[in-house]
Amino acid sequence: MSRATEERNRFMLRARDAIDRDYAEPLDIPTLARIACVSEAHFIRTFRAVFGETPHRYLQRRRVERAMFLLRETESSVTEICFDVGFRSLGSFTRTFTEIVGEPPTTYRWRAADLRAVPACFAKAWTRPSSFGEARTAAGK
Amino acid sequence: MITAHTHSQVYVLDQDEALDFYVGTLGLEVNTDANLGFMRWLTVQAPGHPEHQLLLEKPGPPAHDGETAEQIRELVTKGALGMAGIFVVDDVHKVYEELVAKGVEFTEEPTERFYGTDCGLRDPFGNALRIGQPKEGPVEFPETGEVAAGDWS
Repeated sequence: MSRATEERNRFMLRARDAIDRDYAEPLDIPTLARIACVSEAHFIRTFRAVFGETPHRYLQRRRVERAMFLLRETESSVTEICFDVGFRSLGSFTRTFTEIVGEPPTTYRWRAADLRAVPACFAKAWTRPSSFGEARTAAGK
Repeated sequence: MITAHTHSQVYVLDQDEALDFYVGTLGLEVNTDANLGFMRWLTVQAPGHPEHQLLLEKPGPPAHDGETAEQIRELVTKGALGMAGIFVVDDVHKVYEELVAKGVEFTEEPTERFYGTDCGLRDPFGNALRIGQPKEGPVEFPETGEVAAGDWS
């Protein structure tokens, strides 16, 4: 434990910061493992032990979070946004987005645009991610 | 009535190394560095501003049992203990370039936002810090949580 763990955490944090910063780049495991100064297999296992999810999943969530922002705040097409946040195919973007958010990008955008028309308190109450399972049902899960 | 906010605290893993970074690299100045016997009371401040000091505290016994101290150290190195502080400079781009040249680890380069221009960095232990140049005049927060939230990152 102790010093070795701290050093390990610090290296993993450096790799996680790189994901947060460079999510739009074609980040791959070898690149991230190099930042963390460990082998690829060791990197995936250790990252998960430190942060509770795989680096790939963390990267996906970061990209999806940025995509949600761009869908809400810009007029860019879904395809443009998909590539802007670092996905390399529309198929994997739509699949990953739907899995994480509970609805496809186009539906999300349509609903988010509607938000501007209602008072903030309603938007807050009705857009809160649900723990009751409807989002998954709506997405056909 | 509370009339001032004079101190805040951040956990550091080593106080000498913290001094090197916060004073030597960032350019803060020491307010107090006193060996109280039971602890080293080490505070730093923006140059000339003793009204707000940052306490650089090392976790450990007897304040914490060994296991708790280890847990704190682990959380610091995971970057999970929040933000140590937000600092104001007069030229954020210049300071950013200077600190990059000194090898400081930035999590975000200077970015323009509704409240000004700021950037993110880490201290050597994993604590997050921000350095920015606030916009002049009153800042208006964007309406509603969700629509504006993405602007933060």
